[in-house]
Amino acid sequence: MSQFPNKEKALGMYKKMFEIRKYEESIYYLFLEGIMPGTIHQSTGEEASAVGMLYDLTPDDWMASTHRPAGHDIAKGIPVKAMMCEMFGKAEGCCGGKGGAMHTGDISVGAMVANAIVGGNLPIAAGVGLAFKMQKKNNVVVCFFGDGASNEGSYHETMNAAGLWKLPVVYVCENNLYSANTSISLTCCQKNVAADRAAVYGIPSEVVDGNDVVAVNEAATRAIARARAGEGPTILELKTYRHGGHSRNDACGYRAKDEEELWIKQRDPVKNFRKRLLEEQVIGEEELEKIEAAIEKEIADAVEYAKQAPLPANESALENVFWEG
Amino acid sequence: MTMAMMSIADALKSAIAEEMRRDPSVFCLGEDEDIPGGMGGAFTVTKGLGDEFGANVKIAKEKGFETKGLDIANDRVINTPISEILLSGVCVGSAMAGMRPVADLQYGDFLFCMMDQLVNQAAKMCYMSNGQVHIPMVMRAPCGATNRGAQHAQSLESYFIHVPGLKVICPSTAYDAKGMMKQAIRDDNPVLVFEHKLLYGGKRKEAGQLSAVGEVPDGDYTVPFGKAAVRREGRDVTIVANLLMWYKAMQAADELEKEGISCEIIDPRSLVPFDYDTVLESVKKTGKLMIVHEDHYNGGWGAQLASYVAENAITLLDAPIVRVAAPDCPIPFSPTLENFVIPSAGRIAEEARKLARL
Repeated sequence: MSQFPNKEKALGMYKKMFEIRKYEESIYYLFLEGIMPGTIHQSTGEEASAVGMLYDLTPDDWMASTHRPAGHDIAKGIPVKAMMCEMFGKAEGCCGGKGGAMHTGDISVGAMVANAIVGGNLPIAAGVGLAFKMQKKNNVVVCFFGDGASNEGSYHETMNAAGLWKLPVVYVCENNLYSANTSISLTCCQKNVAADRAAVYGIPSEVVDGNDVVAVNEAATRAIARARAGEGPTILELKTYRHGGHSRNDACGYRAKDEEELWIKQRDPVKNFRKRLLEEQVIGEEELEKIEAAIEKEIADAVEYAKQAPLPANESALENVFWEG
Repeated sequence: MTMAMMSIADALKSAIAEEMRRDPSVFCLGEDEDIPGGMGGAFTVTKGLGDEFGANVKIAKEKGFETKGLDIANDRVINTPISEILLSGVCVGSAMAGMRPVADLQYGDFLFCMMDQLVNQAAKMCYMSNGQVHIPMVMRAPCGATNRGAQHAQSLESYFIHVPGLKVICPSTAYDAKGMMKQAIRDDNPVLVFEHKLLYGGKRKEAGQLSAVGEVPDGDYTVPFGKAAVRREGRDVTIVANLLMWYKAMQAADELEKEGISCEIIDPRSLVPFDYDTVLESVKKTGKLMIVHEDHYNGGWGAQLASYVAENAITLLDAPIVRVAAPDCPIPFSPTLENFVIPSAGRIAEEARKLARL
C-alpha cells in the first residue's frame, strides 16, 4: 500500500478527479441530446492517471495529450468553461473553436494542443524536452499516449533518441487494453506494451495500477525527479480502462461483460479514492457532498455558459494559418 | 559592403552560421551533421559548424564514444539517428518551446517518412491552437535528379504548396541562398527549403552540375519571400522556371535570341508565398506564358500558376499556356533515360519556339 498523501493534496486530487468525471458525464449527455457537434473520445475511468501524473507540475512544465485529452487538460489546469466552449465550437473555446474535442489545449497552463494522430505527440514532446535542456530550464514534459501508440514507428524512433539524449520527458502509456476496438493482446507480443519495450532503449520503466491515484502520483514523483535531475526519460505504463467506448458511437461489443464489471464496478478510480478519503478520515461525508455539489454546479454552469456563448466570426477561419504575432 | 564569391553550399553554411551567432535559439540537427571525417549532411552544408558551435558527435568522438547519451544541452549541431519522424517531431516540439531548429534531411525524398509531422503537426499547430503557439522551423531538402534513381531524385516542392501553414522556397543562386536561408530561420512559421543538388557547388562533385557560384555580401541581409526575380528581360515569351530549370531556360533563351525570339525568364524563388504579380506584369508584355519545372507534370506547381493566370488574366494571353515538366513517370536511373525525362535546354527552346510562333 502506497503512502497516503497529506489531507490537502488528497482532497485536491479528488476534486480534480471528480471534476473530470462530471465534465465527461455532462459531455456524454450533451451528445445523447444531440446538441453537441462532432465526436468525442471520453476519458471516464482514466481520471487517476491524469490527476496523479499532473498534480505536482507547474504551468511551465508542459503536457502533451492525445485524442482523449479532456482529463489531462482539466488536470493540467484548463478551466472547464473554456473546454466546454471549445466542445461547442464557440469563440471563447480554449482554441477559439478551431481545435475541437481532439485538439484542446492552453499553453499558458502548459497544456499543449492535444494530438489526434496516434503517436504524433511522442517526438514533439522529445523536441520540447530538448528545448528545455538547451535553454537550461529545469522543466519537464509529461507525454501521454495509448497502448496502441506503442506500435507506431514514432514510438520507437522517439524512445531511441530520448534515451540516448537523456531528455527530460516522462512518457506515460495509458494502457486501457484496447486500441480503438482491438485488444492490445492481438497486436503485440508484450504483456506490458510500453514498459516491456523500454529497456531496449535504455529507459527505465514502471508498471503501475493506473486506477490508483496515489500509486500513479508516487510513480510520477519518481519519474519527474529523474527528469529534473537530468537523468533522462522514464516510461510509465499505467493499467487502466475506459468506461465508455473508443468514441461516441462505440457500444463496446468487443469487450467481455465480466471484464467491464471488474474494471468499472470494482476498480473505479473515482469511487475507490472517495471511499479511501472517508476511510482515512481526510474529510467527512457531509462536507464531501458539499464539495461535490459545488463542482457539479460549476460544470452545469459551464454547459449553460457555453450554450449561450457567441459563435466565432466566419473570418476567423482564415486567421492563424501563419503566425500573426 | 564587401562581396565574396561563394557556392550555394557555402552561402547556406554562412547564413546558418551567422544566424547561430546572432540568435542562441538557432540550432542545427540532422543525419550525418558534421561527423568528423564525414560529409556534413549529404552535401557539405553543415560541415565544420560544430567547430564553432559544438557538435554532439564530435564531442562524443573526442571522448572515445564512451558517453553515449552525453549531455547535449550545450551542443548546437546535433546529429540524429536515421529517424525522420523523430527529426521532424523534434523540430516541431523544440520550435514550439522557443527554439529555431534548422534540419538537414540529406535527400528530399525522405520527406515522405516525416509527412505526418510536417503536414498534420508543423503546419497545423499554430492554427489548431488559435495562435497560442507557432513553429519557427526550417527543413532543408536537397532535390533534383542526379543519376541516383527514383528514390533520390524527386522534386517535391509541389506536394507542400498544397498544405496551408507551410512556406515553400527554392533558392537557386548563392545570393538568394544566403539571404533566403536567413529569412527562413527568422520566419516564425515552418519553412521547407528546396535546394537543388546540381547547384550546390560543394566539394562533392555531381555529373551535370552547374556553377552557381556568385557574389554574396559579407554582411547581414535577407531576401524576402514572395518576390520573384526576373533573371532575363524579354518581349516575346515569359518563361517561369525554378531551381535548375531557370538555368536551362537561360541556355534556351541564348539560342532563341539568335533566332530573334526574346524570352523573359522569371525565377519565382518562393512558391509559398508566390509572386503572381511579377508573372502577370510579364505576361502583359509578352502575351505568352511557359512554365518549366523539374517536378512531374500532373499537379506540379505549374498547374497552380497556369490556372491562376487563366482565372485572373486570360485576356492577357495570346496563346495557350505551355507547361514543360518531367513526364508522369518515376525518375529513371540510366543517365540517358534521366536526360530524356528531365526538361533540357533543347526541349525548352523547342517548346518556346513553337509558342513564340503562335
